[in-house]
Amino acid sequence: MAAARLLKDEATEEKGDRARMASFIGAMAIADLVKTTLGPKGMDKILQSTGRGRNVTVTNDGATILKSLHIDNPAAKVLVDISKVQDDEVGDGTTSVVVLAGELLREAEKLVNQKIHPMTIIAGYRMAAECARNALLLKVKDNKQDPDKFKSDLMKIAMTTLSSKILSQDKEHFAKLAVDAVLRLKGSTNLESIQIIKKAGGSLKDSFLDEGFILDKKIGIGQPKRIENAKILVANTAMDTDKVKIYGARVRVDSMARVAEIEVAEKEKMKQKVQKIIAHGINCFVNRQLIYNFPEELFADAGILAIEHADFDGIERLALVTGGEIASTFDNPESVKLGHCKLIEEIMIGEDRLIHFSGVEMGQACTVVLRGASSHVLDEAERSLHDALCVLSQTVNDSRVLLGGGWPEMTMAKEVDELARKTPGKKSHAIEAFSRSLQAIPTIISDNAGLDSAELISQLRAEHHKDTTNAGIDVISGGVGDMDKLGISESFKVKQAVLLSATEAAEMILRVDEIITCAPRKREDRM
Amino acid sequence: MALAFDEYGRPFIIIKEQGQKSRLRGLEAQKANISAGKAVARILRTSLGPKGMDKMLQSPDGDVVITNDGATILEQMDVDNQIAKLMVELSRSQDYEIGDGTTGVVVLAGALLEQAEKLLERGVHPIRISEGYEMASKLSAEHLESISQKFEFSVTDIEPLVQTCMTTLSSKIVNRCKRALAEIAVKAVLAVADLERKDVNLELIKVEGKVGGKLEDTELIYGILVDKDMSHPQMPKRIENANIAILTCPFEPPKPKTKHKIDIDTVEKFQTLRQQEQNYFDDMVQKCKDVGATLVICQWGFDDEANHLLMHRNLPAVRWVGGVELELIAIATGGRIVPRFQELTTEKLGKAGLVREKSFGTTKDRMLYIEHCANSRAVTVFIRGGNKMMIEETKRSLHDALCVARNLIRNNSIVYGGGSAEISCSIAVEAAADRHPGVEQYAIRSFAEALDSIPMALAENSGLPPIDTLTAVKSQQIKENNPYCGIDCNDVGTNNMREQNVFETLIGKQQQILLATQVVKMILKIDDVISPSEY
Repeated sequence: MAAARLLKDEATEEKGDRARMASFIGAMAIADLVKTTLGPKGMDKILQSTGRGRNVTVTNDGATILKSLHIDNPAAKVLVDISKVQDDEVGDGTTSVVVLAGELLREAEKLVNQKIHPMTIIAGYRMAAECARNALLLKVKDNKQDPDKFKSDLMKIAMTTLSSKILSQDKEHFAKLAVDAVLRLKGSTNLESIQIIKKAGGSLKDSFLDEGFILDKKIGIGQPKRIENAKILVANTAMDTDKVKIYGARVRVDSMARVAEIEVAEKEKMKQKVQKIIAHGINCFVNRQLIYNFPEELFADAGILAIEHADFDGIERLALVTGGEIASTFDNPESVKLGHCKLIEEIMIGEDRLIHFSGVEMGQACTVVLRGASSHVLDEAERSLHDALCVLSQTVNDSRVLLGGGWPEMTMAKEVDELARKTPGKKSHAIEAFSRSLQAIPTIISDNAGLDSAELISQLRAEHHKDTTNAGIDVISGGVGDMDKLGISESFKVKQAVLLSATEAAEMILRVDEIITCAPRKREDRM
Repeated sequence: MALAFDEYGRPFIIIKEQGQKSRLRGLEAQKANISAGKAVARILRTSLGPKGMDKMLQSPDGDVVITNDGATILEQMDVDNQIAKLMVELSRSQDYEIGDGTTGVVVLAGALLEQAEKLLERGVHPIRISEGYEMASKLSAEHLESISQKFEFSVTDIEPLVQTCMTTLSSKIVNRCKRALAEIAVKAVLAVADLERKDVNLELIKVEGKVGGKLEDTELIYGILVDKDMSHPQMPKRIENANIAILTCPFEPPKPKTKHKIDIDTVEKFQTLRQQEQNYFDDMVQKCKDVGATLVICQWGFDDEANHLLMHRNLPAVRWVGGVELELIAIATGGRIVPRFQELTTEKLGKAGLVREKSFGTTKDRMLYIEHCANSRAVTVFIRGGNKMMIEETKRSLHDALCVARNLIRNNSIVYGGGSAEISCSIAVEAAADRHPGVEQYAIRSFAEALDSIPMALAENSGLPPIDTLTAVKSQQIKENNPYCGIDCNDVGTNNMREQNVFETLIGKQQQILLATQVVKMILKIDDVISPSEY
């Protein structure tokens, strides 16, 4: 008698070695995919969407690449997931985390083939990860006390982050821009208050940081184009018809005359509302919803600048920068907080006209205007800048800093190696494997830069066996260099997140010994 | 097959459309059922114990779940076979009743079925086997009671509880920080426990997870966590000594349920209606303000105007809070859920020492913490972790730990883990078998052997030679008359589970044995399977 069928049709089950192999292969394929984008000389990928328009994205941001992939292998999904989380949590290191997890699994596969039980490998990896983390903790530098040094640290981190991106040509410019923007936040990690406006045209170098706030809107016709000492009312209210909202109300009339009367009443109502708004003593009115022609005309008559249909984020940000509150009712003009700014004017960037609020009360928010040759360049620039901003804002909170350029990996590898020698039992193989995986990262960086990785890594390792060293890979000159002098730094928080999440993901995949795939849900055919 | 003939040799039909149905009967039916049950057990066998492996399950929608929780694996597996479904039910009922040991119960049932198959081949009648099993299970439940120990803890001395939870957690992926999680679980359970009645309502413990951060950041909040933010971005982010109005009515114009129409035909009507509308909003906010509320939590949405009025009157508000959360908030803050503005009174407000909004990571995720509540009996465990799967798995593990802690509060008897209880039972059952006359003796002996399969699987998963280890431990137990010897899964060096601090709850173990026996009995009794044919 045939074995009873347990699962539903089309559900598949893979067991033991086969399951493990499937997940190793899937995970390593993903790691190999993003491997070439690692490091300052990493290459970019073109992603073409399957949707309408076949949009093209050019990027070397690991998270962006992985997000856009359609993946079927469950183990690969785990890796995509950690990269996403890395992006959400620290913003940078999205490629490194996947590559490290991939390397850990590659080493683990070798060990499994040598008949070492996965649980033993996991135990070894755990010890190694702990040891690596402690090694990093010993070596961190914290310059929080010294504002100047801290700022230069931030600069270095920003430059290191940006150097692997499209902005590397003007990294100094952008690093300064990012550091300035983040320092204005004064420790908050809410990147919402940094607005990024992309305008095609010009070159990347023309990008600038604006201290005020730029709203991508036009000023209504016939209204003043420039207001000094503006008093701004930020509102979220219907300025079209302003319906009566009580449920079930409807207009039923029996003659044309009545229609006219009600129309007048409606107009009157709108007029009153506008009057009330004007009574706040404002000279600028920004609304989230549409402003119809009639009220707009009334505003123009009163000499008030009325801006309609600003998006919700814009409104929130504007309220934040100008210090006003978002109003929806206008009956108590005396107690509504108005926003203030020194000057509102229309400015031109490229061919577009924008509204510029300068001299705002709260210094937190600012706007970065990105210029660039094409929308792809701008998109990539925005992603890169976003990475840099994320890293910086995290660093402001956790000011511990490490050197970059493969230095932390080599330091960890050295400590982990030492641990392997001291540890008795099969675990030590796994610990050694962990150290090899760590060394794979500088290897990939130098491979991507077209350098002789075998030679470089061995030199680097020799350097690191001296007591204190700042040696790392200098991709520019193609040799081993002093990272401190070259000013290549990384944030401790990013490195730690990379280390821990990669180990966690590798462990998760290693523990699996069976994959059960349910039949895909059938889509209804509506074709 | 199912064709019967009357005395004249004419066939008549018993089952409708029998040609299209397949039918198995007699020994063959039992064997088919047993092999299905065994197949399920075989899948779970490798997940048993601290060194058990995980399973990766891909759902029909492509989501990936990685777990080693027996109940979850079976639930996600999309099982088609009827008997396999019984096993799934079995693991689920263990989950509902005890919350832990869901893998063990299935493995035990599988082993019992395997033994039953051997007996069936020898020609023992299935009913006799079930009777033997029944007796043996009673015997082992009693034996468990005799080797169990009372175990003392109090609100101040939670160490023993933590140890037990750690045993549960050590088989999960979270065992890296099992200590911290076990402490969280125990504290959470103690916070909501009614120690006099020995009752714990686990619904008061809410488990929330958020992707990001690391497992070590998981925390216990003596209060409620709501995944919402303030309705207006400029409302205060921190409120001390909040008086909370909990509303289930929207800040919107009223919508009478009866059908109605308001006809506007004159200008006056239009204006009065408008006036009324404005007053209505004002009224609502004023009512909340009048009773002294400093925070409004509402189940529904707000109108833009109402939102601004609230902001204007300096009354922070949260909207779209789910029903379950609303109830928890009401319990925690000692407030009442108010369905109408008219019924809002000062007594119905909930009190909380601190309400604050906290943001996470680089995204703009914010959550609302309601802490220092008047009635601190509702707590939240907030889990952080590297990825979604990790958090889901942590949630499941924590659920197990919470259940274990609850069971201990209900009944503080424990047995020792690591397979020691099973081995000890097996010895006792074996000895009892010899005293029993009749065919059941064989069944009882088989039961003893089935019990051995659990420590065997443990040893196998830990990479130890299973038979060597088991026999060594068994002889040690008999020689030293020490029921605490088990399998040393973690390579600690001693196999005395008492020294290793590996406990399990007595009721959990008893339940496992009883449930598994019941299901096996049920499967054995089936001698005819009629199912629609596949073609």
